[in-house]
Amino acid sequence: MAAPLVLGVLVAVTVRAVLYRSSLAAFISDRVEVSSPLSAWKRVVEGLSLLDLGVSPYSGDIFHETPLIIYLFHFLIEYAELVFMITDVLTAVALYLAIQDFNKVVFKKQKLLIELDKYAPDVAELIRTPIEMHYIPLKVALFYLLNPYTVMSCVAKSTCAINNTIIAFFILATMKGSAFLSAVFLALATYQSLYPLTLFAPALIYLLQRQFIPVKLKSKGFWIYTTQYAALYLCSLVVIICLSFFLLSSWDFIPSVYGFILSVPDLTPNIGLFWYFFAEMFEHFSLFFMCVFQINVFFYTIPLAVKLKEHPIFFMFVQIAIISIFKSYPTVGDIALYMAFLPVWGHLYRFLRNIFILSCMLIVCSLLFPVLWHLWIYAGSANSNFYYAITLTFNVGQILLISDYFYAFLRREYYLTHGLYLTRKDGTEAMLVLK
Amino acid sequence: MGLLSDPYRRRALSRLILRLNTPLCILCYVAGLGWFLGLAFHPFTLRTYMSENAMGSTMVEEQFAYGERALSYAREFAGHKKKAGGIPVAWLEKTMWNLGLEVYKQPFSRTLPFPDEARERYMVKGTNMYGILRAPRAASTESLVLSVPCSEGQQNNQAVGLMLALASYFRGQIYWAKDIIFLVNEHDLIGMEAWLEAYHDVNVTEVHSSEMLGRAGAIQAAVSLELSSDVVTSFDVAVEGLNGQLPNLDLVNLFYAFCQKNGLLCTIQGKLQRTDWDTLPAYVHSLQTLLLMVLKQGSGRPQGDHGLFLRYHVEAITVRGINSFRQYKYDMSTVGKTLEGMFRKLNNLLERLHQSYFFYLLPSLSRFVSIGVYMPAFGFLILILVLKALDLWMKLSKCDMGPEERLCDGNQGASHTATEESRPGLLTLVPPLLICHATGLVLYFLPVLGQHVATQHFPVSESEAVVLTVIAIYVAGLALPHNTHRVLMGSGSDRGWMTLKLLSLLYLAMQLGCIALINFSLGFLLAVTMVPVAAIVQPVGPKYVYAVLLVLVTPAATLLLSIFLYQELIEYPVSLLECWQLFLQAVAEGLLDHYLYGSIVFPFVAIFVYPCWLLLWNVLASKGNWKRHSLGARPSLRGGASAEPSLWGEELPAAAAFSPAASGGSGRVDGIEACRRPGPSTPRLLPRGRGLDLGLLHAKAFEGVSVAAPCELAVGID
Repeated sequence: MAAPLVLGVLVAVTVRAVLYRSSLAAFISDRVEVSSPLSAWKRVVEGLSLLDLGVSPYSGDIFHETPLIIYLFHFLIEYAELVFMITDVLTAVALYLAIQDFNKVVFKKQKLLIELDKYAPDVAELIRTPIEMHYIPLKVALFYLLNPYTVMSCVAKSTCAINNTIIAFFILATMKGSAFLSAVFLALATYQSLYPLTLFAPALIYLLQRQFIPVKLKSKGFWIYTTQYAALYLCSLVVIICLSFFLLSSWDFIPSVYGFILSVPDLTPNIGLFWYFFAEMFEHFSLFFMCVFQINVFFYTIPLAVKLKEHPIFFMFVQIAIISIFKSYPTVGDIALYMAFLPVWGHLYRFLRNIFILSCMLIVCSLLFPVLWHLWIYAGSANSNFYYAITLTFNVGQILLISDYFYAFLRREYYLTHGLYLTRKDGTEAMLVLK
Repeated sequence: MGLLSDPYRRRALSRLILRLNTPLCILCYVAGLGWFLGLAFHPFTLRTYMSENAMGSTMVEEQFAYGERALSYAREFAGHKKKAGGIPVAWLEKTMWNLGLEVYKQPFSRTLPFPDEARERYMVKGTNMYGILRAPRAASTESLVLSVPCSEGQQNNQAVGLMLALASYFRGQIYWAKDIIFLVNEHDLIGMEAWLEAYHDVNVTEVHSSEMLGRAGAIQAAVSLELSSDVVTSFDVAVEGLNGQLPNLDLVNLFYAFCQKNGLLCTIQGKLQRTDWDTLPAYVHSLQTLLLMVLKQGSGRPQGDHGLFLRYHVEAITVRGINSFRQYKYDMSTVGKTLEGMFRKLNNLLERLHQSYFFYLLPSLSRFVSIGVYMPAFGFLILILVLKALDLWMKLSKCDMGPEERLCDGNQGASHTATEESRPGLLTLVPPLLICHATGLVLYFLPVLGQHVATQHFPVSESEAVVLTVIAIYVAGLALPHNTHRVLMGSGSDRGWMTLKLLSLLYLAMQLGCIALINFSLGFLLAVTMVPVAAIVQPVGPKYVYAVLLVLVTPAATLLLSIFLYQELIEYPVSLLECWQLFLQAVAEGLLDHYLYGSIVFPFVAIFVYPCWLLLWNVLASKGNWKRHSLGARPSLRGGASAEPSLWGEELPAAAAFSPAASGGSGRVDGIEACRRPGPSTPRLLPRGRGLDLGLLHAKAFEGVSVAAPCELAVGID
């Protein structure tokens, strides 16, 4: 199993190295779809030179990275390309190991449920087999490494790749059941981009399941473990933030990073939903709608936690997708992270309804982004509405994709317990309908 | 959302798409074509109107009266041009200086990638002369351009004369708020590109020019003037620019309004507008005008010197004076007055021209068709591809219920799945894709890179070598994928070609959609030819008919046909041989346009459309051991809908009973046996008649397709 992975890594690294040397690199790194104001490499370089000049990098309105990133690149600026290639590989390997673990867990659980006779008698074809699951980790790693989105993000040296690595390590730590490392990486991810905060819930549920603690609000063990995990998380977060403070000896980075994420002052077009809306809006409404837009990311956690408390990893996948859709400065690198998980849910394929249309939609939109950008910015013949229309379509496509997977997952669970061949009361064939 | 989640409606929809696929496709094609033909019909078009407030009316009192002076300048210029054998730099400098302009010259040089035989140039050296009239009423932040090409022979001398006369008149006026640049560019488009690049301080092509010393702010609009006679009978206006980009409609409106004010006749595509509109000849006339515009725009070539301005976000048109055999002629003063009026209106602009349309088609100068009206014509054509793709997808997913993710990422997905257990139909997608694109890349790079090798070994000139190499590679491409495909495809299965066809249909739809946004005409011309054949092509049935049809709609054939149509429309019919000559010339100019000005038509066709066409060719070449009734025929529908293949994935649990695992890949004929599944569970057997029917179908559909049997494996575990 390791050999194909190594081969995949080699191919991925070669592709990236070639692209770094080609004239496409400059073009890609200027694309708004690939680098947002938060993650653009140009801004990192600007922050570094400000730091070298002895000026606070946050003094202008350019730099919005966290202090740890700037100190990381303070030492590694010479090897930036290497760093980004390594982070991608690390992400892929972490996902590979994590999914390997997850497969074992899934399989054990399935075996247990079969032994307990929880499944309906005629669902044999829904049961997952080790043969089909064997290649899933490899597919996940390759989906991440060879996804054009990841490649572009890496070639543009978007720091989004580093956030992805941290989240991947967080997932790995959670899978391995290490509450401490999981909390530390979650704190790091939160520190980096704030939104991974919502991954607290799925990680907690997963860890609780591993400890065989029932997820019930009345149980004592639940509260003790939750408090422990939360305390670990908060402590590491505080430590990281204090470390940042001591590095720069100022609190400038708090408004400049988190304020920037939450209040979205930079309305440069990107693939997200914010820019057009807030560019058009009257100033005095913007605070209210800002709250409405930002709540999107956090709000879905609660209903999802209730519905998916038995399946924390699927929950985590949906949550990562939601973050990448609704965050304030999304890039294609964020999308690549949740797309890497799609092979894990390959067994849902037969329940997906619109996968064909949706994949066409996403590919077409990805191609139309540069075309409409050209028409708007260079040719001057189209305008921002054209570009936003595609942004909107792209996001609707993503949302439909996620809801398609969500519904397919629920449907499979339903069939597993109720049998594949449902009958109505009068004996005719029944069908599940989502109303 | 109901449509996406309600299974009943989805089923109805998918049944509709499957059952009525061919009629729907035909209907779409007819609708698309009909819609396009309707665009020229008078009641369906809109009257042009001026959107820009600052240019609202033609209420300007033109006082230009230097018609005679213009002619004397022209004669003087002609004399000096003849003497200098090119642009008379010293004379122009002196004259412009005497008029009170700031004069600059800009030498440039450019070596063409291969000699241009039509214009006989290879290493081009020239000088652009321009004079800036500084505006008395504002800082030099904005400017207008009046440009005149200094062509060889007796061409355009009057234009230079008129430009100088206008300069001397403009110099005396006090109302200018924008600088006016008077530009004489040598070697037409090459000089213009050199000047524009230097002015904007960029270098996008490989033209070498000296640094520009004088500038006059951001150019707001430009008019390029071509005039070769002392009197004119009419004006022709050219709008199509590089890559089919068009200037803002307001600029065209402005010109038309002033022509009307001064009583000048004004044509577009050389066609005068007819006053009657409700007769058939009038309709045919405007259709011809529209078709000419579509053909010119589709070529992606700049139809005048203005065409290069558009890339720099500068609205520009070319105005050509025509001297024909009409009775009534206009002198230089009237022409000058028209231009004066235009410049005074442009001078009033408060912001860039942006109010009016950028995407339009002109069936006549006073009527236009906007993007919202003409896009449905294209949309209908693309819909054919989508319908056909859905049809194929449903047929494919019907016979393959196993979980797999494919075609999600196009090429990417294919390479992923290559690592899984080999499934015929997915692995086989990779070689055709790679080979077709490699051929496309060779077609793009080799002709220009290999021209010297070709001239050494064959008795041809460089230019011929390039064109002939293009044609040779193009034709060779027909054989290459065909053969390799035979070797690599191994077990040809129907799934193989269906997947390949599905992929190429989607690929084609994507390309056409993207190009139609940039250059509608090009997209439409390609769509109207390629789409119907792409939809029907398959490796079974009358193969040779399909092959002939496919060859007929290849982009090169479309080009040939377009040239023929164009010559017919400009009422200059050509014989087949002349048409071939023009075709060769068009290929060479297409390449030159790409290398000299950055036209995207050649790379687009070579790297994207041609490989896609080759994919379709591969579909035709693949071996389909496809029994006509197994997949193509609709399964019998009696006994309820569950037998219906569903839209995009499995809808009905019962359909799983026909899982390929059951039939074990063998071609067993007894349907009931095939449907009974091994395993601990008791599969719900189907009603007898239906089961038999479908079992038969599936047994045939899965000949030669090996699929792992998940059920048995699952049993093994517990």
